[in-house]
Amino acid sequence: MTEPGKKKLDLRRREMPKQPPEVRRRNFSEVALGYPVETAVEEAQRCLNCPKPSCIGGCPVEIDIPKFIQCIAARDFVAGIRVIKEKNCLPAVCGRVCPQEEQCEEACVLKKRGGQVAIGRLERFLADWEAAQGEVEMPTLPPPTGRKVAVVGGGPAGLTVAGDLIRLGHAVTIFEALHKMGGVLVYGIPEFRLPKAIVHREVEYLRRLGVQIVTDFVVGKTRTVDSLLEEYDAVFIGSGAGLPWFMQIPGENLNGVYSANEYLTRMNLMKGFLFPQYHTPIKEHRRVAVIGGGNVAMDCARTALRLGAEVRVVYRRSREELPAREEEIENAEEEGVVFDFLTLPVRYIGDGNGWVKEMECLKMKLGEPDASGRRRPIPIEGSEYRMAVDAVICAIGNSPNPLIASTTPGLEVRKNGTIVVDEETGKTSRERVWAGGDVVTGAATVILAMGAGRKAARSIHQYLCSL
Amino acid sequence: MAELRATEMIVPNMHLLTIHAPEVAKALRPGQFVIVRAEEEGERIPLSVSDWDPAEGTLSIVFMNVGGTTNTLAKLPAGSRLPTVVGPLGKPTEIDHFGTVLCVGGCYGIGSLYPLARALKLAGNKVIVAIEARSSFLLFWEERLAQVSDQLHVITRDGSKGLRGHVGRLPEIIAGCQPVHRIITNGCTYLLKRVSDVSRPLGIKTVVSLNPIMIDGTGMCGVCRVTVGASTQFACVDGPDFDGHQVDWAELLQRRMQYVREEMRVYRSSRGEEAVICQGHGHD
Repeated sequence: MTEPGKKKLDLRRREMPKQPPEVRRRNFSEVALGYPVETAVEEAQRCLNCPKPSCIGGCPVEIDIPKFIQCIAARDFVAGIRVIKEKNCLPAVCGRVCPQEEQCEEACVLKKRGGQVAIGRLERFLADWEAAQGEVEMPTLPPPTGRKVAVVGGGPAGLTVAGDLIRLGHAVTIFEALHKMGGVLVYGIPEFRLPKAIVHREVEYLRRLGVQIVTDFVVGKTRTVDSLLEEYDAVFIGSGAGLPWFMQIPGENLNGVYSANEYLTRMNLMKGFLFPQYHTPIKEHRRVAVIGGGNVAMDCARTALRLGAEVRVVYRRSREELPAREEEIENAEEEGVVFDFLTLPVRYIGDGNGWVKEMECLKMKLGEPDASGRRRPIPIEGSEYRMAVDAVICAIGNSPNPLIASTTPGLEVRKNGTIVVDEETGKTSRERVWAGGDVVTGAATVILAMGAGRKAARSIHQYLCSL
Repeated sequence: MAELRATEMIVPNMHLLTIHAPEVAKALRPGQFVIVRAEEEGERIPLSVSDWDPAEGTLSIVFMNVGGTTNTLAKLPAGSRLPTVVGPLGKPTEIDHFGTVLCVGGCYGIGSLYPLARALKLAGNKVIVAIEARSSFLLFWEERLAQVSDQLHVITRDGSKGLRGHVGRLPEIIAGCQPVHRIITNGCTYLLKRVSDVSRPLGIKTVVSLNPIMIDGTGMCGVCRVTVGASTQFACVDGPDFDGHQVDWAELLQRRMQYVREEMRVYRSSRGEEAVICQGHGHD
């Protein structure tokens, strides 16, 4: 018996059930199945409810983490989801795709003992629990302020700004270039990691709050930011990082060489995996190489695998430097993705009919750390070899799409295309224009974009109140 | 959702749609295109715009029925709603006072040539229009083009109207109106390539409007990349216009063929029958 009031530390982090690898590698259903109620309560009861919680500081949107976890421990799920929604309008999304291990969970005091609380899984549990109840609780809105805000881009940053501002009484319109809302959540992240129904649910929640949504509208083309400023009191730009990088090596325009954006957009947004019921075609490939080591590379690799290909992830550093989330790397390994570390493609070779047939690679070794703090990959001379492939997916990164910058005079932009903003407020060099998310930081994470959206919303609100 | 206001088969297999999309119509400039989805499960395909009316809020498109999406579009009755009409996309064609401009159009490109010829004429150019088809019954908009040009030439493969042959006859037209300062050409990739081949030895700058495979049309997916000179360009945002003498045509033709087999499946199922597509429709 432990003394009353002196709880024995339970360092057994509760596992979340998953589809077994041999089953899930052949379907597009969600891999991780979520905590059953009892497991969630047990996991929540492990939280020490620290008097000075460090986890909150690890969360870019500052969710009151101990408070919602205590609600789960006490089985008051209604109160729990309410606590989260004070700060986060996309809990079902964040509970799935945030890199919790580097954020809130990294800061958990139990981490040092090896048993940090599974904060992300608990967040997901509450969001899913609420959805399963059927009726989502709607907050009461303040009276309209009469101020209007245009949000450019329907991804995580834009959704956050819209959610925050509508709850402060401002009228909000989101302009989205694609035909579906969600940005990277719908075109980039695969169904098996984030079911599209969940994104749809979160977007519907905003719509019910009164957010106006205009899809198929390209700001910078259909209308400019300046034209929106004639009609709206403020504009928030959250247009993401939608310009894919290529390596500029020979053979890159051969058929079968994709950007990650093309491959994932065909599959996710256009539902290529349901071809021909959905009409956007995808190819059947047998040997796919994915270049890169981030989350996007893992998404591409696991998608190609599910379509029946043998998949190799080709990465120029070692496993230690892989930028992807550990959980996604493990998922990929379990499902049978093969990793070729310390390998750099130098050219693609065609089959004579315009299709990629082989890839010439160089082996690398690691030298001294570079500017990124990671050990620099150095080519090993004479180590060239060829790998047979019939598709290559280039997942080495994206920069912001220049459409908006090039049509908005006076908007200060860095050489790499990112918009310059005041870090605390998200204010750009243009009056009444704010920006946040990947368009400011370059390709980053969903939660960072949401954090930026939150800050910008706060600043926009201040401005609107001063009018 | 954009309403389809009117639909018409103007010549066999070639269709003219009038679409109500006021924001797009207001912003359109000659040479730009839109991305259209014909149905919820449909693809996003780029289509050149043939005309627009900002006051009415409408734009029109001429296209050839060659695949699943175009076949669905061709069958939609007036009053239908298109789930996606987004644009205007791409850079407008450069319009300036060049002197004498030869505008060459074939197939659906005859339609999108019309606003270009009109704008060039307004800019004070001498505008020569040459349109090409397999036979006279496949020609359209001759009167419209005549109204915005100084000369209108017709080339038919079978000689049923105008010059007999194909764009290989262009040097004769050019010889009759020297000097030609610029050539602008719209139509299928084969036509664009052939016009560029013909004009290269004559040293006349030739602007081609490319139509590669696209998905988003805003520079995000990169499938429309094309080698121009020594660099890779995205046709959707860097184009669709490029210098025809700099384009790597072999690569572009190859890239356009990527999904032919898959497109056939959709096309057949959209027709509910077996169908044969004639690739390149006769530009030998």
